[in-house]
Amino acid sequence: MKTFRKIATPMIAIVIFLVFWEFIVWVNQWPNYKMASPSDLIPAYAKYWNLFLIYGWQTLWRTVVGLLVAVVFGTLIGMIMGFSRTMRDALYPLLVGFNAIPKATVVPVIALILIGQHDLNTVLIAFMISFFPISVAVSIGLSTLEPEYRDILRSLGASKWTIFWKIALPKTLPEFFGALKVAVTLAFIGTNLMEIVEPHGKGLGHLFDSGKINADYPLMFAVLIALAFLGILLYYIVVALEKIFAGWAERPQG
Amino acid sequence: MANLIDIKGVTHAYKTDNGPLPVLDDLNISVPEGDFCAVVGPSGCGKSTLTKLIAGLMKPDQGEVWLHGEKVTSPRSTVGMAFQNPVMLEWRTILQNVLLPLEIVPNKMSKREKEERGRELLALVGLEGFEDKRPSELSGGMRQRASLCRAIVHKPDVLIMDEPFGALDAFTREDLWQTMHALRAEEPFTGVLITHDLRESVYLADEVIVLSGRPATTQHVENVKLDGRTDLEVIYTPEATEILHRLRHQIEIAQGRAKDEEAA
Repeated sequence: MKTFRKIATPMIAIVIFLVFWEFIVWVNQWPNYKMASPSDLIPAYAKYWNLFLIYGWQTLWRTVVGLLVAVVFGTLIGMIMGFSRTMRDALYPLLVGFNAIPKATVVPVIALILIGQHDLNTVLIAFMISFFPISVAVSIGLSTLEPEYRDILRSLGASKWTIFWKIALPKTLPEFFGALKVAVTLAFIGTNLMEIVEPHGKGLGHLFDSGKINADYPLMFAVLIALAFLGILLYYIVVALEKIFAGWAERPQG
Repeated sequence: MANLIDIKGVTHAYKTDNGPLPVLDDLNISVPEGDFCAVVGPSGCGKSTLTKLIAGLMKPDQGEVWLHGEKVTSPRSTVGMAFQNPVMLEWRTILQNVLLPLEIVPNKMSKREKEERGRELLALVGLEGFEDKRPSELSGGMRQRASLCRAIVHKPDVLIMDEPFGALDAFTREDLWQTMHALRAEEPFTGVLITHDLRESVYLADEVIVLSGRPATTQHVENVKLDGRTDLEVIYTPEATEILHRLRHQIEIAQGRAKDEEAA
Protein backbone atom coordinates (compact mmCIF):
# COMPACT_ATOMS: atom_id res chain seq x y z
CA MET A 1 0.00 0.00 0.00
CA LYS A 2 2.81 2.35 0.92
CA THR A 3 4.78 1.64 -2.26
CA PHE A 4 1.60 1.92 -4.28
CA ARG A 5 0.97 5.37 -2.83
CA LYS A 6 4.56 6.37 -3.48
CA ILE A 7 4.28 5.50 -7.16
CA ALA A 8 0.66 6.48 -7.68
CA THR A 9 0.93 10.01 -6.25
CA PRO A 10 3.47 11.37 -8.77
CA MET A 11 1.77 9.43 -11.59
CA ILE A 12 -1.57 11.06 -10.86
CA ALA A 13 0.14 14.46 -10.68
CA ILE A 14 1.63 13.87 -14.14
CA VAL A 15 -1.73 12.81 -15.57
CA ILE A 16 -3.40 15.91 -14.10
CA PHE A 17 -0.67 18.05 -15.62
CA LEU A 18 -1.18 16.46 -19.08
CA VAL A 19 -4.97 16.85 -18.90
CA PHE A 20 -4.56 20.50 -17.89
CA TRP A 21 -2.15 21.07 -20.77
CA GLU A 22 -4.55 19.44 -23.26
CA PHE A 23 -7.40 21.51 -21.87
CA ILE A 24 -5.53 24.85 -22.15
CA VAL A 25 -4.64 24.17 -25.79
CA TRP A 26 -8.21 23.04 -26.62
CA VAL A 27 -9.90 25.96 -24.87
CA ASN A 28 -7.73 28.52 -26.62
CA GLN A 29 -7.94 26.70 -29.94
CA TRP A 30 -4.18 27.09 -30.32
CA PRO A 31 -2.73 25.73 -33.56
CA ASN A 32 0.09 23.28 -32.92
CA TYR A 33 2.76 25.73 -34.13
CA LYS A 34 1.81 27.93 -31.19
CA MET A 35 1.49 25.15 -28.65
CA ALA A 36 1.22 21.45 -29.36
CA SER A 37 -1.03 19.45 -27.07
CA PRO A 38 -0.24 16.04 -25.51
CA SER A 39 -2.55 14.36 -28.04
CA ASP A 40 -0.40 15.81 -30.85
CA LEU A 41 2.66 14.18 -29.34
CA ILE A 42 1.45 10.60 -29.63
CA PRO A 43 1.60 10.56 -33.45
CA ALA A 44 5.06 12.16 -33.26
CA TYR A 45 6.32 9.39 -30.98
CA ALA A 46 4.63 6.74 -33.13
CA LYS A 47 6.21 8.07 -36.30
CA TYR A 48 9.75 8.63 -34.99
CA TRP A 49 10.03 6.09 -32.19
CA ASN A 50 13.23 4.56 -33.57
CA LEU A 51 14.84 8.02 -33.81
CA PHE A 52 13.81 8.75 -30.24
CA LEU A 53 15.52 5.57 -29.11
CA ILE A 54 18.75 6.23 -31.04
CA TYR A 55 19.02 9.94 -30.26
CA GLY A 56 17.70 9.53 -26.74
CA TRP A 57 20.42 6.98 -26.02
CA GLN A 58 23.09 9.31 -27.43
CA THR A 59 21.90 12.14 -25.23
CA LEU A 60 21.61 9.88 -22.21
CA TRP A 61 25.04 8.27 -22.35
CA ARG A 62 26.85 11.52 -23.02
CA THR A 63 25.04 13.15 -20.12
CA VAL A 64 25.86 10.26 -17.78
CA VAL A 65 29.54 10.27 -18.78
CA GLY A 66 29.70 14.04 -18.30
CA LEU A 67 28.07 13.62 -14.92
CA LEU A 68 30.51 10.88 -13.88
CA VAL A 69 33.46 13.09 -14.82
CA ALA A 70 31.81 15.89 -12.84
CA VAL A 71 31.45 13.60 -9.82
CA VAL A 72 35.13 12.56 -9.90
CA PHE A 73 36.52 16.00 -10.67
CA GLY A 74 34.02 17.86 -8.48
CA THR A 75 34.71 15.60 -5.51
CA LEU A 76 38.47 16.01 -5.97
CA ILE A 77 38.25 19.82 -6.10
CA GLY A 78 35.85 19.71 -3.15
CA MET A 79 38.31 17.59 -1.15
CA ILE A 80 41.18 19.94 -1.91
CA MET A 81 39.12 22.94 -0.86
CA GLY A 82 37.65 21.13 2.12
CA PHE A 83 40.98 20.15 3.63
CA SER A 84 43.08 23.20 2.88
CA ARG A 85 42.08 26.70 3.78
CA THR A 86 44.67 28.17 1.46
CA MET A 87 43.36 26.17 -1.48
CA ARG A 88 39.82 27.16 -0.61
CA ASP A 89 40.74 30.84 -0.62
CA ALA A 90 42.66 30.37 -3.85
CA LEU A 91 40.13 28.31 -5.80
CA TYR A 92 36.77 29.77 -4.79
CA PRO A 93 36.91 32.98 -6.87
CA LEU A 94 38.17 31.00 -9.86
CA LEU A 95 35.37 28.47 -9.58
CA VAL A 96 32.68 31.08 -9.06
CA GLY A 97 33.99 33.06 -12.02
CA PHE A 98 34.07 29.97 -14.19
CA ASN A 99 30.57 29.01 -13.16
CA ALA A 100 29.28 32.51 -13.87
CA ILE A 101 30.28 32.30 -17.55
CA PRO A 102 27.16 31.36 -19.53
CA LYS A 103 27.89 27.94 -20.96
CA ALA A 104 26.07 28.85 -24.19
CA THR A 105 29.04 31.10 -24.94
CA VAL A 106 31.51 28.35 -24.09
CA VAL A 107 29.90 25.90 -26.52
CA PRO A 108 31.23 27.49 -29.74
CA VAL A 109 34.64 27.97 -28.15
CA ILE A 110 34.86 24.31 -27.18
CA ALA A 111 33.50 23.27 -30.57
CA LEU A 112 36.32 25.23 -32.20
CA ILE A 113 39.10 24.04 -29.92
CA LEU A 114 38.13 20.39 -30.25
CA ILE A 115 36.75 20.52 -33.72
CA GLY A 116 35.08 17.33 -34.92
CA GLN A 117 35.18 15.61 -31.50
CA HIS A 118 31.44 15.74 -31.05
CA ASP A 119 31.10 13.20 -28.28
CA LEU A 120 33.99 14.67 -26.34
CA ASN A 121 32.65 18.21 -26.77
CA THR A 122 29.22 17.26 -25.53
CA VAL A 123 30.55 15.33 -22.54
CA LEU A 124 32.81 18.27 -21.73
CA ILE A 125 29.96 20.80 -21.62
CA ALA A 126 27.79 18.45 -19.58
CA PHE A 127 30.67 18.10 -17.15
CA MET A 128 31.53 21.80 -17.01
CA ILE A 129 28.00 22.87 -16.24
CA SER A 130 27.43 20.28 -13.50
CA PHE A 131 30.60 19.91 -11.39
CA PHE A 132 30.32 23.20 -9.49
CA PRO A 133 27.53 22.26 -7.04
CA ILE A 134 29.32 18.97 -6.29
CA SER A 135 32.60 20.76 -5.47
CA VAL A 136 30.88 23.26 -3.23
CA ALA A 137 28.89 20.59 -1.38
CA VAL A 138 31.91 18.35 -0.76
CA SER A 139 34.14 21.23 0.35
CA ILE A 140 31.49 22.56 2.74
CA GLY A 141 30.80 19.06 4.05
CA LEU A 142 34.47 18.48 4.79
CA SER A 143 35.34 21.91 6.13
CA THR A 144 32.41 21.98 8.54
CA LEU A 145 33.30 18.64 10.10
CA GLU A 146 33.19 19.27 13.87
CA PRO A 147 36.67 18.90 15.41
CA GLU A 148 35.34 16.39 17.95
CA TYR A 149 34.56 13.97 15.13
CA ARG A 150 38.19 14.08 14.10
CA ASP A 151 39.43 13.98 17.70
CA ILE A 152 37.67 10.75 18.68
CA LEU A 153 39.71 8.93 16.02
CA ARG A 154 42.81 11.08 16.16
CA SER A 155 43.18 10.47 19.90
CA LEU A 156 43.43 6.75 19.12
CA GLY A 157 46.26 7.34 16.69
CA ALA A 158 44.19 6.94 13.51
CA SER A 159 45.76 8.14 10.27
CA LYS A 160 44.35 11.02 8.23
CA TRP A 161 43.22 8.54 5.61
CA THR A 162 41.30 6.47 8.20
CA ILE A 163 39.62 9.61 9.50
CA PHE A 164 38.62 10.57 5.98
CA TRP A 165 37.35 7.11 5.11
CA LYS A 166 35.48 6.38 8.32
CA ILE A 167 34.14 9.81 9.21
CA ALA A 168 34.63 12.68 6.78
CA LEU A 169 33.48 10.81 3.68
CA PRO A 170 30.27 9.24 5.04
CA LYS A 171 29.38 12.44 6.88
CA THR A 172 29.59 14.39 3.60
CA LEU A 173 27.41 11.96 1.63
CA PRO A 174 24.03 13.67 2.28
CA GLU A 175 25.39 17.00 1.02
CA PHE A 176 27.00 15.21 -1.90
CA PHE A 177 23.74 13.60 -3.00
CA GLY A 178 21.86 16.85 -2.58
CA ALA A 179 24.30 18.44 -5.00
CA LEU A 180 24.19 15.45 -7.35
CA LYS A 181 20.43 15.90 -7.78
CA VAL A 182 21.04 19.45 -8.94
CA ALA A 183 23.93 18.32 -11.11
CA VAL A 184 21.82 15.69 -12.92
CA THR A 185 19.46 18.25 -14.43
CA LEU A 186 22.31 20.65 -15.12
CA ALA A 187 24.19 17.96 -17.04
CA PHE A 188 21.17 17.48 -19.35
CA ILE A 189 21.11 21.19 -20.03
CA GLY A 190 24.81 20.99 -20.90
CA THR A 191 24.39 18.09 -23.29
CA ASN A 192 21.51 19.71 -25.13
CA LEU A 193 23.23 23.05 -25.26
CA MET A 194 25.98 21.45 -27.32
CA GLU A 195 23.54 19.42 -29.39
CA ILE A 196 21.42 22.47 -30.29
CA VAL A 197 23.93 25.33 -30.47
CA GLU A 198 26.52 23.35 -32.41
CA PRO A 199 24.44 20.68 -34.16
CA HIS A 200 26.33 17.66 -35.34
CA GLY A 201 23.56 15.22 -36.11
CA LYS A 202 23.48 13.48 -32.76
CA GLY A 203 21.24 13.42 -29.73
CA LEU A 204 17.77 14.67 -28.95
CA GLY A 205 19.02 18.21 -29.51
CA HIS A 206 19.52 17.31 -33.16
CA LEU A 207 16.00 15.84 -33.36
CA PHE A 208 14.68 19.09 -31.92
CA ASP A 209 16.59 21.03 -34.55
CA SER A 210 15.24 18.95 -37.40
CA GLY A 211 11.73 19.41 -36.04
CA LYS A 212 12.35 23.15 -36.16
CA ILE A 213 13.71 23.10 -39.70
CA ASN A 214 10.79 20.96 -40.97
CA ALA A 215 8.20 23.00 -39.06
CA ASP A 216 7.22 19.76 -37.29
CA TYR A 217 6.04 21.44 -34.11
CA PRO A 218 4.62 18.36 -32.38
CA LEU A 219 8.05 16.73 -32.83
CA MET A 220 9.75 19.65 -31.06
CA PHE A 221 7.42 19.35 -28.11
CA ALA A 222 7.82 15.59 -28.14
CA VAL A 223 11.60 16.06 -27.80
CA LEU A 224 11.14 18.37 -24.83
CA ILE A 225 8.97 15.81 -23.08
CA ALA A 226 11.44 13.03 -23.90
CA LEU A 227 14.20 15.14 -22.31
CA ALA A 228 12.06 15.71 -19.25
CA PHE A 229 11.49 11.95 -19.06
CA LEU A 230 15.24 11.22 -19.20
CA GLY A 231 15.85 13.86 -16.55
CA ILE A 232 13.29 12.28 -14.24
CA LEU A 233 14.76 8.81 -14.88
CA LEU A 234 18.30 9.87 -13.97
CA TYR A 235 17.07 11.86 -10.99
CA TYR A 236 15.37 8.81 -9.52
CA ILE A 237 18.46 6.68 -10.08
CA VAL A 238 20.32 9.22 -7.94
CA VAL A 239 17.54 9.07 -5.35
CA ALA A 240 17.88 5.28 -5.25
CA LEU A 241 21.65 5.54 -4.77
CA GLU A 242 21.10 8.11 -2.04
CA LYS A 243 18.77 5.72 -0.24
CA ILE A 244 21.42 3.02 -0.32
CA PHE A 245 24.43 5.10 0.70
CA ALA A 246 22.98 7.95 2.73
CA GLY A 247 19.60 6.61 3.80
CA TRP A 248 20.62 7.12 7.42
CA ALA A 249 20.32 10.89 7.00
CA GLU A 250 16.60 10.60 6.36
CA ARG A 251 14.65 11.26 9.53
CA PRO A 252 11.40 9.43 10.09
CA GLN A 253 8.54 11.80 9.47
CA GLY A 254 6.25 12.17 12.41
CA MET B 1 50.76 3.41 43.82
CA ALA B 2 52.54 5.09 40.98
CA ASN B 3 51.03 8.08 39.26
CA LEU B 4 49.41 7.17 36.00
CA ILE B 5 49.18 10.73 34.78
CA ASP B 6 51.95 13.20 35.50
CA ILE B 7 51.74 16.70 34.19
CA LYS B 8 54.97 18.46 34.92
CA GLY B 9 55.35 22.21 34.59
CA VAL B 10 53.22 22.50 31.47
CA THR B 11 53.05 25.94 29.91
CA HIS B 12 51.12 26.55 26.73
CA ALA B 13 50.07 29.51 24.63
CA TYR B 14 47.92 29.79 21.52
CA LYS B 15 49.21 31.81 18.63
CA THR B 16 46.68 34.48 17.71
CA ASP B 17 46.78 37.53 15.46
CA ASN B 18 47.31 39.68 18.56
CA GLY B 19 50.34 37.70 19.69
CA PRO B 20 50.53 34.63 21.91
CA LEU B 21 47.61 33.94 24.24
CA PRO B 22 48.91 32.05 27.28
CA VAL B 23 46.42 29.48 28.54
CA LEU B 24 48.41 27.22 30.85
CA ASP B 25 51.19 28.41 33.11
CA ASP B 26 53.47 25.95 34.88
CA LEU B 27 50.65 23.49 35.50
CA ASN B 28 51.37 20.43 37.65
CA ILE B 29 48.88 17.62 38.10
CA SER B 30 49.41 14.05 39.25
CA VAL B 31 46.75 11.39 39.19
CA PRO B 32 47.46 8.02 40.84
CA GLU B 33 46.43 4.90 38.96
CA GLY B 34 42.74 4.10 39.34
CA ASP B 35 41.87 7.54 40.68
CA PHE B 36 39.31 9.86 39.28
CA CYS B 37 40.36 13.45 39.05
CA ALA B 38 38.03 16.35 38.34
CA VAL B 39 39.35 19.62 37.01
CA VAL B 40 37.28 22.72 37.61
CA GLY B 41 37.99 26.35 36.92
CA PRO B 42 36.57 29.55 35.44
CA SER B 43 35.38 29.22 31.88
CA GLY B 44 38.01 29.82 29.26
CA CYS B 45 40.82 28.91 31.62
CA GLY B 46 42.33 26.23 29.42
CA LYS B 47 40.57 23.10 30.66
CA SER B 48 39.91 21.77 27.16
CA THR B 49 43.51 22.48 26.21
CA LEU B 50 44.50 20.26 29.09
CA THR B 51 42.50 17.32 27.68
CA LYS B 52 44.15 17.71 24.30
CA LEU B 53 47.58 17.72 25.90
CA ILE B 54 46.90 14.55 27.88
CA ALA B 55 45.47 12.85 24.78
CA GLY B 56 48.58 13.81 22.84
CA LEU B 57 46.57 15.77 20.31
CA MET B 58 48.70 18.81 21.09
CA LYS B 59 52.21 19.32 22.37
CA PRO B 60 52.85 21.77 25.21
CA ASP B 61 55.21 24.68 24.60
CA GLN B 62 57.06 23.79 27.78
CA GLY B 63 56.84 21.00 30.28
CA GLU B 64 55.97 17.36 29.89
CA VAL B 65 52.98 15.07 30.06
CA TRP B 66 53.65 11.52 31.19
CA LEU B 67 51.31 8.59 31.00
CA HIS B 68 52.24 5.26 32.56
CA GLY B 69 55.84 6.36 32.91
CA GLU B 70 56.09 7.29 29.24
CA LYS B 71 56.37 10.77 27.85
CA VAL B 72 53.41 11.66 25.62
CA THR B 73 54.51 12.90 22.22
CA SER B 74 51.64 11.74 20.02
CA PRO B 75 48.15 10.23 20.38
CA ARG B 76 48.09 6.79 21.93
CA SER B 77 45.51 4.05 21.89
CA THR B 78 45.52 3.71 25.68
CA VAL B 79 43.41 6.83 25.94
CA GLY B 80 39.62 7.11 25.66
CA MET B 81 37.82 10.39 25.11
CA ALA B 82 34.29 11.66 25.65
CA PHE B 83 33.09 15.16 24.87
CA GLN B 84 30.12 17.34 25.69
CA ASN B 85 28.89 16.56 22.18
CA PRO B 86 28.46 12.76 22.10
CA VAL B 87 29.60 12.75 18.42
CA MET B 88 27.70 9.66 17.36
CA LEU B 89 28.23 8.65 13.74
CA GLU B 90 24.68 8.85 12.42
CA TRP B 91 25.21 6.27 9.67
CA ARG B 92 26.15 3.56 12.16
CA THR B 93 24.02 1.72 14.67
CA ILE B 94 24.65 2.32 18.36
CA LEU B 95 26.63 -0.93 18.63
CA GLN B 96 28.74 -0.07 15.58
CA ASN B 97 29.41 3.34 17.11
CA VAL B 98 30.58 1.78 20.35
CA LEU B 99 32.88 -0.62 18.48
CA LEU B 100 34.54 2.14 16.44
CA PRO B 101 37.76 2.34 18.54
CA LEU B 102 38.28 -1.41 18.09
CA GLU B 103 38.56 -0.78 14.34
CA ILE B 104 41.47 1.59 14.98
CA VAL B 105 43.30 0.17 17.96
CA PRO B 106 45.23 -3.02 17.21
CA ASN B 107 43.68 -5.94 19.08
CA LYS B 108 43.31 -9.67 18.86
CA MET B 109 39.56 -9.82 19.41
CA SER B 110 37.38 -11.72 16.98
CA LYS B 111 34.32 -10.08 15.50
CA ARG B 112 32.12 -11.96 17.94
CA GLU B 113 34.21 -11.04 20.95
CA LYS B 114 34.05 -7.39 19.93
CA GLU B 115 30.28 -7.53 19.63
CA GLU B 116 29.96 -9.25 22.98
CA ARG B 117 32.14 -6.60 24.57
CA GLY B 118 30.04 -3.84 23.05
CA ARG B 119 26.77 -5.41 24.13
CA GLU B 120 28.09 -5.94 27.65
CA LEU B 121 29.05 -2.30 28.00
CA LEU B 122 25.75 -1.07 26.57
CA ALA B 123 23.88 -3.26 29.04
CA LEU B 124 25.99 -1.83 31.84
CA VAL B 125 24.88 1.72 31.04
CA GLY B 126 21.25 0.67 30.59
CA LEU B 127 21.11 0.61 26.80
CA GLU B 128 20.19 -3.04 26.39
CA GLY B 129 17.89 -3.44 23.40
CA PHE B 130 19.15 -0.28 21.70
CA GLU B 131 22.18 -1.88 20.04
CA ASP B 132 20.74 -1.79 16.53
CA LYS B 133 19.05 1.60 16.76
CA ARG B 134 20.39 4.66 14.98
CA PRO B 135 21.76 7.50 17.13
CA SER B 136 18.99 9.79 15.87
CA GLU B 137 16.43 7.50 17.54
CA LEU B 138 17.99 8.03 20.98
CA SER B 139 17.69 10.87 23.47
CA GLY B 140 20.64 13.10 24.35
CA GLY B 141 21.28 11.25 27.59
CA MET B 142 21.21 7.88 25.85
CA ARG B 143 23.62 9.07 23.18
CA GLN B 144 25.98 10.27 25.90
CA ARG B 145 25.79 6.85 27.57
CA ALA B 146 26.71 5.21 24.27
CA SER B 147 29.53 7.71 23.87
CA LEU B 148 30.92 6.68 27.27
CA CYS B 149 30.83 3.03 26.16
CA ARG B 150 32.75 3.95 23.04
CA ALA B 151 35.32 5.82 25.11
CA ILE B 152 36.16 2.73 27.18
CA VAL B 153 35.44 -0.15 24.78
CA HIS B 154 39.14 -0.63 24.01
CA LYS B 155 39.97 -0.76 27.75
CA PRO B 156 42.00 2.45 27.88
CA ASP B 157 44.16 3.23 30.90
CA VAL B 158 42.94 6.79 30.89
CA LEU B 159 39.46 8.14 30.28
CA ILE B 160 39.42 11.83 29.47
CA MET B 161 36.07 13.56 29.65
CA ASP B 162 35.52 17.13 28.60
CA GLU B 163 32.26 18.30 30.21
CA PRO B 164 30.49 15.12 29.11
CA PHE B 165 27.27 15.91 30.98
CA GLY B 166 27.27 19.65 30.38
CA ALA B 167 24.49 19.64 27.78
CA LEU B 168 22.11 17.36 29.67
CA ASP B 169 19.20 18.34 31.88
CA ALA B 170 19.74 18.10 35.64
CA PHE B 171 17.92 14.79 36.21
CA THR B 172 19.51 13.04 33.26
CA ARG B 173 22.85 14.32 34.46
CA GLU B 174 22.34 12.78 37.89
CA ASP B 175 21.42 9.48 36.21
CA LEU B 176 24.63 9.62 34.23
CA TRP B 177 26.66 10.30 37.36
CA GLN B 178 25.37 7.06 38.82
CA THR B 179 26.13 5.31 35.54
CA MET B 180 29.72 6.56 35.85
CA HIS B 181 30.00 4.93 39.28
CA ALA B 182 28.55 1.71 37.86
CA LEU B 183 31.10 1.77 35.06
CA ARG B 184 33.97 2.41 37.44
CA ALA B 185 32.95 -0.56 39.54
CA GLU B 186 33.25 -2.83 36.49
CA GLU B 187 35.98 -1.23 34.40
CA PRO B 188 39.25 -0.16 35.90
CA PHE B 189 40.42 3.15 34.47
CA THR B 190 41.99 6.35 35.61
CA GLY B 191 39.77 9.28 34.88
CA VAL B 192 40.16 12.96 34.18
CA LEU B 193 36.90 14.84 34.22
CA ILE B 194 36.70 18.43 33.07
CA THR B 195 33.57 20.00 34.46
CA HIS B 196 32.01 23.26 35.58
CA ASP B 197 29.62 21.55 37.95
CA LEU B 198 31.06 21.43 41.48
CA ARG B 199 28.47 18.93 42.73
CA GLU B 200 29.43 16.66 39.85
CA SER B 201 33.09 16.91 40.75
CA VAL B 202 32.42 16.12 44.42
CA TYR B 203 30.12 13.21 43.60
CA LEU B 204 32.38 11.58 41.02
CA ALA B 205 36.00 12.46 41.74
CA ASP B 206 38.59 11.32 44.23
CA GLU B 207 40.29 14.65 43.98
CA VAL B 208 39.20 17.98 42.61
CA ILE B 209 41.73 20.34 41.12
CA VAL B 210 40.81 23.99 40.91
CA LEU B 211 42.56 25.87 38.15
CA SER B 212 43.21 29.58 38.37
CA GLY B 213 41.99 31.97 35.72
CA ARG B 214 43.86 32.19 32.43
CA PRO B 215 46.73 31.41 32.18
CA ALA B 216 45.77 28.47 34.35
CA THR B 217 47.89 26.98 37.04
CA THR B 218 46.98 24.62 39.87
CA GLN B 219 45.35 26.79 42.50
CA HIS B 220 43.90 24.25 44.89
CA VAL B 221 43.68 20.49 45.29
CA GLU B 222 40.82 19.03 47.30
CA ASN B 223 40.66 15.40 48.32
CA VAL B 224 37.11 14.14 48.27
CA LYS B 225 36.70 10.53 49.16
CA LEU B 226 33.22 10.46 50.59
CA ASP B 227 31.84 7.25 52.07
CA GLY B 228 29.10 5.34 50.28
CA ARG B 229 29.41 7.52 47.28
CA THR B 230 27.26 5.62 44.84
CA ASP B 231 24.23 7.04 46.63
CA LEU B 232 23.27 10.49 45.39
CA GLU B 233 22.22 11.46 48.93
CA VAL B 234 25.90 11.83 49.75
CA ILE B 235 25.91 15.22 48.05
CA TYR B 236 23.57 16.53 50.72
CA THR B 237 25.65 15.48 53.73
CA PRO B 238 27.28 18.23 55.83
CA GLU B 239 30.67 16.84 54.86
CA ALA B 240 29.96 17.30 51.15
CA THR B 241 28.46 20.72 51.72
CA GLU B 242 31.62 21.81 53.48
CA ILE B 243 33.75 20.65 50.54
CA LEU B 244 31.43 22.37 48.08
CA HIS B 245 31.78 25.60 50.04
CA ARG B 246 35.54 25.39 49.96
CA LEU B 247 35.55 24.70 46.21
CA ARG B 248 33.07 27.51 45.58
CA HIS B 249 35.37 29.88 47.44
CA GLN B 250 38.36 28.73 45.42
CA ILE B 251 36.49 29.31 42.16
CA GLU B 252 35.64 32.82 43.27
CA ILE B 253 39.29 33.47 43.94
CA ALA B 254 40.12 32.05 40.51
CA GLN B 255 37.61 34.34 38.90
CA GLY B 256 39.18 37.27 40.69
CA ARG B 257 35.96 38.25 42.40
CA ALA B 258 34.40 37.12 45.64
CA LYS B 259 30.81 38.20 45.21
CA ASP B 260 29.56 35.90 42.46
CA GLU B 261 26.66 33.83 43.79
CA GLU B 262 26.07 31.49 40.86
CA ALA B 263 24.63 28.24 42.23
CA ALA B 264 27.02 25.35 42.06
